[in-house]
This record gives sequence, C-alpha cells and structure tokens, in this order.
Amino acid sequence: MPDRFPPDSVGLVTPRTLHFDQPLGLDCGRTLTTYELIYETYGTLNAARSNAVLICHALSGDHHAAGYHAGEQPKPGWWESAIGPGKPIDTRHFFVVCCNNLGSCRGSTGPTSPNPDTGKPYGPDFPIITVRDWVRSQARLADSLGITTWAAVIGGSLGGMQALQWAIDFPDRLGHAVAIAAAPKLSAQNIAFNEVARQAILSDPDFHEGHYYEHGIVPHRGLMLARMLGHITYLSDEGMRTKFGRELREGKLNFNFDSEFQVESYLRHQGHAFVERFDANTYLLMTKALDYFDPAADFNHDLAAAFQRAQARFLVISFTSDWRFSPARSREIVKALIAARCEVSYVEIKSEYGHDTFLMPIPRYIEMFKAYLERVAREITPDAT
Amino acid sequence: MRPDLNIISEWIRAGSRVLDLGCGDGALLAHLRDDQQVNGYGLEIDADNILKCIQAGINVIHTDLEAGLSDFDDDTFDYVIMTQTLQAVQHTERLLDEMLRVGREGIVTFPNFAYWKCRVQLALGGLMPVVKTLPHTWYDTPNVHLFTIRDFEALCRHKRIHVLQRIVVDYAHRSSLGLRVLPNLLGELALYRLGRA
Repeated sequence: MPDRFPPDSVGLVTPRTLHFDQPLGLDCGRTLTTYELIYETYGTLNAARSNAVLICHALSGDHHAAGYHAGEQPKPGWWESAIGPGKPIDTRHFFVVCCNNLGSCRGSTGPTSPNPDTGKPYGPDFPIITVRDWVRSQARLADSLGITTWAAVIGGSLGGMQALQWAIDFPDRLGHAVAIAAAPKLSAQNIAFNEVARQAILSDPDFHEGHYYEHGIVPHRGLMLARMLGHITYLSDEGMRTKFGRELREGKLNFNFDSEFQVESYLRHQGHAFVERFDANTYLLMTKALDYFDPAADFNHDLAAAFQRAQARFLVISFTSDWRFSPARSREIVKALIAARCEVSYVEIKSEYGHDTFLMPIPRYIEMFKAYLERVAREITPDAT
Repeated sequence: MRPDLNIISEWIRAGSRVLDLGCGDGALLAHLRDDQQVNGYGLEIDADNILKCIQAGINVIHTDLEAGLSDFDDDTFDYVIMTQTLQAVQHTERLLDEMLRVGREGIVTFPNFAYWKCRVQLALGGLMPVVKTLPHTWYDTPNVHLFTIRDFEALCRHKRIHVLQRIVVDYAHRSSLGLRVLPNLLGELALYRLGRA
C-alpha cells in the first residue's frame, strides 16, 4: 500500500457486505432464498439522497472500482481512470456505488459460496444468472442503501448492458444511463467466442463437471485458455501490432512450441494471472449472462419498443477499433433510442486499443464522459460547477 | 444566435420533433428546446462541437452525414434542418431525399452563389468569389458544391420537392423590396422550407 494516494484517487476503501433474506426470483425460474452482495462506495450521499451513481461491472470485474485496499499491492480499482475527485465520475459530487454481481467469485454469492441446502459450495448448481437478475438484485441493494433513484447508472461492456436494462426495468429509478462499448445483444460471432471459451473450461479434465472444489483443484488450463481467447477480443489488430508486433522474446526463431513471440508470452501471462483471481464456474455464468442478454426479446424483438418505457436520458459511447462490440452495435442502441423518443447523445471515440479502451484514460473519451456527468451533477445541485 | 437560425425557429411549431444535420455547437437546438419545447437531436462530426453540445445538454449523435441517414426510420421527425451545410456535402441529391424521408418537412439554408458580388468577382476579376457568406479561398474550403437560388429551385422542380416557404436575405439577414424582386441577384443567403411531392 502506498503511503500517500494520488490526489485524484478516492484513496483507501473498504468493501462492505449486505446480507439479503428476502428471496430473489430469477429468470431461470429458480430462487435464491438468501444471498450476499459485496459493494464499495465512494463520496458522500447527500441529504436528499439524489446524488447516487451506480457503477455496473463487466465480465471479470468486481466491486472494487476505485481507490486502494489496505495491505495490498498498490494496484487501484478497475475503473480508477474514471472515478475520483475531478474525474468523470466525480466523487466530490456523486455518491458512487459499485457492487459485485451475483454469480461472481469476488465476494457476492456465487458458485464458490456455500449452498445453504447442502453446506457445500454451489459449484455448477449455482443458477444461471441474467442481466435482468443482476439489475433486480442491484435494485434491492439500492433499497437497502435508501436510494430511490440513481442520478445515473453507468457501465462499460457487460456493465453498459446492465445500465440499459436498468432503464427498461426500473424506468423511474434512474435519471441517466451511460452505456459504453456495449451492444443491444450479442452477435453469433460474439456467442461463438464465448462458446469456445466455455468449451475450453468444460473440456479440461480438472473441471470435474464443475465440482473441482471438492477435488482441491482448479481447471487451470481451461480457464487460462478461455481468458487468452477473451483477451484477444478485448484488443484490436492495430493495438496488438503496436504493442507486440512480431517481436521475438529471444530475438530468434527456436523452432519449437515454447512461447516465442512477445504476444504469446503476454497472453500466457494474462491467462495465468487470471486463473489466480477468477473462478471457472463464474466464467461460465458470466459468458452465459452475456449470451442471454437481449432486452428486445421481451418486446417482440423490437428494441425501440423495449426503450419506449424508459425515462432516463442516455449517453452511448463506442470506440473505433472495438470489434467485440463495434460502433455499429452502439448505433443500433442509439437508433432504437431515437425511435423510442428517448433523449440520447452518442460519441464515437478514435482509439486503437479496442474494446478495452473503456477502461483507459483516452483524453477525448474522458472529456466527453466528464462533460456529460457534469451536466448530471448540475441537475442534482444547481450550484455545482 | 445567428439571425438565420431565428428565422428558422419561427418556422418550427412548438413541441415538434427536429433533426439538425450538422448542428455545430447546438445553438439552434438549445433555443428550440428552451423556447419552443422542441424534442431535437443534432448530428455532428466535429469532436469539439460534439463536446459543446454535450456540455449544453443537447442530444448530439456523432455522425458522418456523407454516410446518409440510414439510422433513422421514415417519418421520424417533423422537421429535418440543414443550415449552410448542403454546399459542403458530396451527395447533395441523396441527402435531400434522405431529409424528406426521415422528416415530413425539410429546412435548408445555403449561400447564394449568384449574389451580384460573386458574379462581379468572377466575371470581371476572373477569380473565384470570396464574400461574407462564402469566405473561403477556392483551395481551402469545406464547400464542394456551390449553387444558386435558381439552381436549387430547378432541382426542387426536377425532384418534385414542394417549396413551402422561402426567404432570401442579405448578409445581415434582412429582407427588402429589392431582395424580393431580384432574389438571385441581391440575395446572399437563402432559406427554404420544403415538403414532399
């Protein structure tokens, strides 16, 4: 832990956990009788409780969005670039809440948590969770925190999908929805990548049909492969060329299957590091939540009809080199929002960093993001700058 | 606000839906929103202008007009507005068609290339004109299609576009008897409200 935190960081943060005893009905038909959500907050909730902002995390994210934990390596939360004093999600104005989603392995109830019926970890018996389920559980969290209406619900990628779902499912409980590098539903190609990732895990002999906890082992190879594959889709061809090119680690070809090119060693490193902090059953669940996301499906596959009930105002941001959820996918969202007569602004940011750009401090991106949220802050407290 | 935008806002019914092509910093849309309860969106390609729109709370959609308006369904808007942009787009005719597809009416303004000072500079000086409404040199200009009031009306006739309203003004956006009698000679800026055939 650094002695002093950067002045634009929220600094030292401590997660909290809320226990829920009110059963949560899920889209799959099953019910979670009891569950826990771990979350962090930054900034101060005002007396009117009108300045709360919900951050929704993406596939492998968690509740630790900003600041630093005690006693850890000095590595800040996953969205440190966007959250903090003077940053787009300005903690001088907003009370920021970020929770870990159900089904995760990072502290909220998920496959690694004990199943109250058996006392053993849920493992593969944990129900398949959808984006709608997450939104429902996040609404419960809001209730517990005394937040009736979010000033904004904000997320990138899968997090952006949650922001959109919020606007559809709880139209009167948010003022603004910010969906960054998102899509209205996954394409066949997106699902195909997820399926290969799942097959990598499912076919690992150490997976034991999801009961690997009992064997004291993790499907290391499968989860690592899944992450390596996923990681390729988070970067762009251009970005990888700039970062790695065809650089050889030893400067020459060795005519074997060791990691020779820099990009190979990078992906292997990413894969290994991921296995240390993530759970294979959770990875399966998260990719399914992505595949199932399709808010238009409940409205005769008419996305505009889905947004018809939304009252929030929207900001949609995409990145030119993002081929996972390309600008064209964001434009589908924008098109439907306009057809539904929703208020929306859309910005396409030039970037070579692919899908992962949403986590990066690209000046144009940060500037637009900040300008939008300054307006949200002005609506809350008229004297704010 | 630019005086031509004042004239346009008088043409627009309160409470209508508007699309502004090349909305710049969003001044017109802000005015229409605040004074006429208009639900509007602006299309803009310049990042600095987009930022200004976002700061002003204007709905702005990052768009390249040359790519057409395929993101918009037919009859989405009451008015589609294009102020002093038609001369700067490559596919003029297609964009006019698109305007009147997604909007029930189109509002177009453009600098008149047949303004007498342009004629004099070209005819007597032998040079591409530079006037207040067309301030660019020929080698550094956003304009790709310069045209006149007569040209535009011929195109409207050819395409069976109805001219519902027309105002021709000078640089200060004043009209006068002379401008009404000899619009193509004395007019610097033309404003049209267009309807479908």
